[in-house]
Amino acid sequence: MSENQERIILEMTDIDKTFPGVHALDHCRFDLKEGEVHALIGENGAGKSTLVKIMTGIHTDYTGEYKLFGQPVHFRNIKEAQEAGISIVHQELNMMNDLTVAQNIFIGRESNGFFCNDKAINQKTAALIKDFNIDVNPTDRIRNLTVGKCQMVEIARAMSYPATKVLILDEPTAALSEAEAEDLFEKMEQLKARNVSIIFISHRLEEIKRVSDRVTVMRDGRYIDTLNAKTCSIQDIVRLMVGREVLEEPKSKSNVPEGAPVVLSASHLNSNKVKDVSFELRKGEILGFAGLVGAGRTEVMRLIYGADHKNGGEVIINGHKAKIHHSKDAITKGIGYLSEDRKRYGLVLGLSVTDNTVLSSYDLAELHKGLFVNEKRSAEISEKYVKRLKTKTPSVRQLVKNLSGGNQQKVVIAKWMLRNCDILIFDEPTRGIDIGARAEIYNLMDELVKEGKSIIMVSSDMTEVLKMSDRIVVMCEGRKTGELDIAEATQDKIMTLATKYQ
Amino acid sequence: MKENNGIMAYLKGDGLQKVIAVGCLVVLYIFFGIFGRRFLTLDTFVSILDSSYYIGFLAIGMTFIVITGGIDLSCGTVMVGSALIGGVAYKVWHLPIMFCLLVVMLVALLFGLCNGLLVGKMKLPPFIATLGMQFISMGICSVVAKVQTQTYPSLKSADGWFKQVIYKYNNFPVGAIWLLVFFIIGWILLNKTILGRYTYAMGSNEDAVELSGISTSKWKVYVYIVNGFFVGLAGIIYAATYSTITPQTGNGEEMYAIAACVIGGTSLAGGVGTLFGTILGVFVISVLKAGLLSMELPVQWQQVLIGVVVLLAVLVDVIRAQKAKRT
Repeated sequence: MSENQERIILEMTDIDKTFPGVHALDHCRFDLKEGEVHALIGENGAGKSTLVKIMTGIHTDYTGEYKLFGQPVHFRNIKEAQEAGISIVHQELNMMNDLTVAQNIFIGRESNGFFCNDKAINQKTAALIKDFNIDVNPTDRIRNLTVGKCQMVEIARAMSYPATKVLILDEPTAALSEAEAEDLFEKMEQLKARNVSIIFISHRLEEIKRVSDRVTVMRDGRYIDTLNAKTCSIQDIVRLMVGREVLEEPKSKSNVPEGAPVVLSASHLNSNKVKDVSFELRKGEILGFAGLVGAGRTEVMRLIYGADHKNGGEVIINGHKAKIHHSKDAITKGIGYLSEDRKRYGLVLGLSVTDNTVLSSYDLAELHKGLFVNEKRSAEISEKYVKRLKTKTPSVRQLVKNLSGGNQQKVVIAKWMLRNCDILIFDEPTRGIDIGARAEIYNLMDELVKEGKSIIMVSSDMTEVLKMSDRIVVMCEGRKTGELDIAEATQDKIMTLATKYQ
Repeated sequence: MKENNGIMAYLKGDGLQKVIAVGCLVVLYIFFGIFGRRFLTLDTFVSILDSSYYIGFLAIGMTFIVITGGIDLSCGTVMVGSALIGGVAYKVWHLPIMFCLLVVMLVALLFGLCNGLLVGKMKLPPFIATLGMQFISMGICSVVAKVQTQTYPSLKSADGWFKQVIYKYNNFPVGAIWLLVFFIIGWILLNKTILGRYTYAMGSNEDAVELSGISTSKWKVYVYIVNGFFVGLAGIIYAATYSTITPQTGNGEEMYAIAACVIGGTSLAGGVGTLFGTILGVFVISVLKAGLLSMELPVQWQQVLIGVVVLLAVLVDVIRAQKAKRT
């Protein structure tokens, strides 16, 4: 085993790749040993994705040397890489939702001829599922599966290529609950035991430290350093990533003044996915909502925001009973909602920073003259927020789709700040956002509460919950299973409450 | 889900869309049977079959395209245009009728290939590509025919045998058998072959298919060629049915094919649909036509009712989806 560990099976040296206007990889290098978990880490745009896309034959136009099992290779397409033993599970799951599990796993390998042999692929899939201990049927349609199970199916697909010796997991845990992530790590151990090498891309440093053997840090398309994951500290990794220190210390006590008034009180909220949830939010407070994915936290927020139909319960805002039947009602009552899926619900990607900032505020007198939009004023306003939030964009006319995740999130925040919302619901505020921009978002949230705004923060990232919240509500299976003051909250306590299944 | 309300659960789930075309057909049949004059006769039944042939073939091809997430606006004009050029081959070039029918197939396959290249290789949106081809096919075929109406041999003439083989033998609706045969071929193609699998897969998530190492541009070309094949069959049976082919017609027929797909539960978003549903959709349209005639109502009402059925078919599904979200 130990000599195996030293055998380098994949080696890339002096890899250079440019896109129009971007030097994506600048003489980058990487190597992978047999049977190791090798984490690849760096801020968004550091070049991790480009590097693995070269490994897997998606990008074919690059310079530099790429050796696999000691042989120089230059893959011309994905299939060649797969046949040579490299498989990837992409960050955004690439499943065909209308097809079955088996049809997804064996897409492109249905048979040798023209006719599909569904019986054979169902049998093979059944064996794979058993091997990986996944709780699905070969004939289940993907659209009916949870994200976690889809991920497992994707891994099974990657491993179903008999040649696979290198498995690349691109941010596999981003959409998983902690329990599902645990399950994934177990699978990774299994694969490691079979001498499969894993390249693991993630933003979550604790899990990187836990599961990997080595860590390679990238920054701005350059190779920075490779560390031994067992001996280095998280601070070491972070310092290499950002070139500066970022402290991720948990908050020790609540910053909310004694006797701060209650701004929002929800009592006995009920829907098909939410079961009798009550809580209070106080002025200047960050109220964390912790729990596993699927615990019903987003569903509670959607009830408050009027996006879903309520079967019972009431919401009281500033002491008055609020009738919220539509998101419009929520906005007029001063509630802003930052969705967990920015690109789908939070932004119009094809419009500019300005247009997105003022999108929900056209009814404000200063932004329109009759039917006409006041373009000049809109631009001024969004300029102001770009400055204030330090949004990195060449101009306010830039289309939002060209911004990075962190800057997109800032545009969403600007949108709600413009509406002067007193209650902001942040649903997974830093999902898919790199560590530098993450710190800025945290600072922003702290500033907002200092100004007297109140924030509800739904987060599956335990570090984030403990770092930001003044108080923490924990949910499980649509029920509220507990409430903790930050002073008494620990990861263990939250986890216990989050897994309090009935 | 409780066992005792299995049927209700099925209806509340995906089943409803499947049942709606069947239900529509049954309701229409009973309705016209009661209120129509001489509706429940063999003659009416045969005329229902007769009026379903060419739309049937178009709709089978269209189902493939729609499942990939595309649409074919050119199939009506290509059908008439290929039949027109087949007529030129017979009347002007004096080819044997057998070869003329081959010409019809070739023309339609060629247009299928063009659509496929435009959509697959050049990445044009299917709506635009086939809209362009609708005009091009209508124009070019008319030019080739020198804007002359073309006629195929009549039943009585020496070359009229082809109508007996394809369309009708002594009042026996031979066309229905061909429709059945090619429905089965289409079904096998869509459900049992890798072409069919990729058709569903591309409509479901094209990027994923591409990332699985499958060339979607290549397979799209194939799917559009398959569509061209069925459009060619529609052209042949169109020629056998009508004998006289007028240049610059055929536009609008594609809408009946799309309507049949939608009534049969095929989603224009791609990924979902069955040929069985499509063929039921075709018959819903034919039954409406025959039924309204039997009630001595003008045929224009057929258009109104097709519109209503299309809206209902989709509306029911939308409402069901909303309810499923809420409960």
